[in-house]
Amino acid sequence: MSVHTEEVEHIGGATTMTFAKVWIALLAMTGVEVLLAYEQVPMMIMLTALLGLSIIKAALIIAYFMHLKFEKLSLFLTLFPMLVFCIILMLIFLGDAVRIPAMRPPV
Amino acid sequence: MSSQVSTAAATSLWEGGRSPYATNSKKFGMWLFIISDSLTFSALLFAYTYSRVSNPNWPTPFHFSPSIIFSTVMTFCLLSSSLTMVMAVHSMNHGKRKAAGAWILATMGGGAAFVVLHLSEWLNLINNEHVTPFENPWGVPLFGGTFFALTGLHMTHVVIGLIYLAIVCQAVFRGKFKAEDVEVSGLYWHFVDLVWMFIFPLVYLMSARVH
Repeated sequence: MSVHTEEVEHIGGATTMTFAKVWIALLAMTGVEVLLAYEQVPMMIMLTALLGLSIIKAALIIAYFMHLKFEKLSLFLTLFPMLVFCIILMLIFLGDAVRIPAMRPPV
Repeated sequence: MSSQVSTAAATSLWEGGRSPYATNSKKFGMWLFIISDSLTFSALLFAYTYSRVSNPNWPTPFHFSPSIIFSTVMTFCLLSSSLTMVMAVHSMNHGKRKAAGAWILATMGGGAAFVVLHLSEWLNLINNEHVTPFENPWGVPLFGGTFFALTGLHMTHVVIGLIYLAIVCQAVFRGKFKAEDVEVSGLYWHFVDLVWMFIFPLVYLMSARVH
């Protein structure tokens, strides 16, 4: 007979409080991202920080909001290594993008 | 003879193990869709990045006010709608259909606010900055092409999500659909949110103009 019905276990031990904490963490990280943009930090530092924060935010959404943390490991292993591998393969094109400005004939 | 065969088929066990993913087919199907759609958005994000890196004079048209403030509020709307979607699934798992329907309506409210803000941001770019998918004042036509393709595809996903949630919501209020159906629609909505977590910093914040 718990009085706090909203604190009832949801899936795999996560409660509504857990989801609220994740939401606050996501908002806080978004705030940091906007602050970095406002301060106009150097391009490479900003890109690294923004990508890092985005990956952490994506991981939190997938793990808690999409419940993947509470699914069987086999589901994660079937879906995500392939996705990550394909995304890494796409990086191969970026070398060309870096070379293109130097290859343009002077105007 | 045929009844013996069908009985044997019905009672036989698959020897490969019991339900390897311990999930229902609807949820697994949605996960497969999400993974394939992730690759579509990844390809578009890489196309945007490729264009940006190969054009040193890439424009930075997003003034802090109103563009970055607008897109930050849009991010807040999507993140909050994800939380309300989690609450809808939570309510449905506990058999509270009315509460689940109300949470789904709140989710749709967040999604609708996102679309309205995004459209006003687009109109600001088109009318005030004179950016179209084919040309812009800075002479880098790829900016408009990649920007509108990427954000337009995402907005299409949000609109489809709103229609999907409306169908699920009316079914929940009428006593149809099970908790797993709400959870599957939630997976789609969280994915839309997740994609924005990459578009917002890479497209908007990296091209912000403060002064």
